[in-house]
Amino acid sequence: MAIWVDENTRVLTQGITGRNGAFHTRQCLAYGTKIVAGATPGKGGETFDGKIPVFDGVHQALKEVEAEASMIFVPAPAAADAIMEAADAGIKVIVCITEGIPVLDMVRVKRFLVDHPAILIGPNCPGIISAERSKLGIMPGYIHKRGTIGVVSRSGTLTYEAVYQLSALGFGQSTCVGMGGDPVHGVGFIDVLKAFQDDPETEGIVLIGEIGGSDEEAAAAFIKENVTKPVVAFVAGRTAPAGKRMGHAGAIIMGSSGTAAHKIETFERCGIRVAENPAVIGEAMKRALDEAKR
Amino acid sequence: MNIHEYQAKELFKSFGIAVPRGQLVETPQEALAAAKALGTFPVVLKAQVHAGGRGKAGGVKLARSLEEVQELASQILGMKLVTRQTGPKGKIVRKLLVEEGLEIQKELYLASLVDRQKERVVVMASTEGGMEIEEVAKETPEKIFQVHVDPAYGLLGYEAKGLALKLGLGQDLVAQGTKTIQGLFRAMIELDCQMAEINPLIVTKDGKVLALDAKVVFEDNGLFRHSNLQGLLDEFEEDPKELVARKQGINYISVDGNIGCLVNGAGLAMATMDIVKLFGGEPANFLDVGGGASKDQISEAFRLILQDERVKGILVNIFGGILRCDELAKGITEAAKEIELSVPLVVRLEGTNAPEGREILKASGLAIIPAANMADAAKRIVQAVSPA
Repeated sequence: MAIWVDENTRVLTQGITGRNGAFHTRQCLAYGTKIVAGATPGKGGETFDGKIPVFDGVHQALKEVEAEASMIFVPAPAAADAIMEAADAGIKVIVCITEGIPVLDMVRVKRFLVDHPAILIGPNCPGIISAERSKLGIMPGYIHKRGTIGVVSRSGTLTYEAVYQLSALGFGQSTCVGMGGDPVHGVGFIDVLKAFQDDPETEGIVLIGEIGGSDEEAAAAFIKENVTKPVVAFVAGRTAPAGKRMGHAGAIIMGSSGTAAHKIETFERCGIRVAENPAVIGEAMKRALDEAKR
Repeated sequence: MNIHEYQAKELFKSFGIAVPRGQLVETPQEALAAAKALGTFPVVLKAQVHAGGRGKAGGVKLARSLEEVQELASQILGMKLVTRQTGPKGKIVRKLLVEEGLEIQKELYLASLVDRQKERVVVMASTEGGMEIEEVAKETPEKIFQVHVDPAYGLLGYEAKGLALKLGLGQDLVAQGTKTIQGLFRAMIELDCQMAEINPLIVTKDGKVLALDAKVVFEDNGLFRHSNLQGLLDEFEEDPKELVARKQGINYISVDGNIGCLVNGAGLAMATMDIVKLFGGEPANFLDVGGGASKDQISEAFRLILQDERVKGILVNIFGGILRCDELAKGITEAAKEIELSVPLVVRLEGTNAPEGREILKASGLAIIPAANMADAAKRIVQAVSPA
């Protein structure tokens, strides 16, 4: 098990002929991901690296091959459309790596997904990886070890940091999901927490949040009511100034809402262990698991 | 991207929103001419800076005669305006909006923005204009009215009319109110705004609905669709280092400390600042070189940090994914050799090609303090910058 993707998941890359799309398609193939097709308008009929058929679009591809998931590297101006194209064609898990999609485009995408259900991960995210089985994204594969910890995060490199610490302490991972740092995005903490709670392979959960919005607060309340597995949280941005967008479009403190202090306080109030600093996320998970065993 | 009130009002006008007559000036002489042209008194002089709270700080004045216009305009232009949004450094006023004074009957509030929770554009209106909307939300939330717009249909006519009526814009005002609300929503969508706000929206004693103030923030991700709007950026209002960084594709935000931070990824960059603070240091900046930064971008980022004379030490924290640590190490050695490195430099490298990167740094002959992990790195840099 694992959540949403595993060694049997067949994947199509949208934007396979672009610089990033090509590079990461190769990286994912090397990791063991089953990439069965690519799509780039105008390149239909070509072959990627002599083995993967390229089509003009997702509908066109799915006439010839079967795929459940797609990975999107299409540039920002066309990325929202690529998500809707995949959903309409019947793709079930859509991973959008693209950074810089206008928020109003994402508002339309989310409306579209009401009528065309799919699991959307991202945009502006590292993707999803079920360790040692399948990777749909840009994370360095080698830091991941197969195991029982589920990781969900709004950040990229901070997730690598946490995973690295977990692996070093001997805690492998079931699945790691990078939800992305945009204000309007696909799956949220609660969707992923629900999936981890239901996944028999996952025994503990690391949740990495950051300033901006109130997703962390909602997640804390959800965990208190619905998650029985040990959870460790970390929130980045204690020192972030108000009103400044900290790299991610969604990471901004507006007025008094969205502060790290409020999020941390909410987690603690809901009985969730919070890692005091980013260097001890792995250790905090270890302690939480030890406690749960007692 | 922020713009000035006068620019926002120009844009609003093109969406059918009524605004007071006025003119932008940069000298007291121009202010006099503008007041004469308006041909009415009083006139309002409004400092144009990117910050709220201008009135309380003395940046908005009423002038009842040409003499007063001359006097007040001289006072405001060139003054350092310190509001709760500018910080203690304040902002120098370089532009002034001269507007006709109006007799106000009612002050209302109107705004449009993206509601992250509901993932929709919301149009928000309140009968409590001229106040901080956050205050209204806290004290009297029942006085805020909202419509969450279905993107499949846009803001429907009856929804806009309903909001106007809730604002008390009945009878002969309902048409003006509806038109203003629809105009604001269209501006929000067509200009890719993060927020468009009118506070206050006023009803004058002679029965006109006008935007007395205007605030527009464009969403940076949407700017590629609007090459015409990019010219509205007032570079004087921006932090010069942040401006340089943005042009290089680096996310840089200056804060108040003395430890320069160079990190890849926004979340890790924030977390690095946090851990520096936790160990007793003060970060000088947030800096995210991005996921796939090149050697040149790294050098540029390094230069940016070194140009900050407050910086007494630098912490580099990299978790290589797409960004390879050997590339990073080359960028650092290049920049450090070019600009004489006079402050302690702590480097923590992990991830893709980290051993190669560490080797390059070691071979460079630079006085680099290596760190084993994030906590170790933070401790070392804090120690290095504290007075012995």
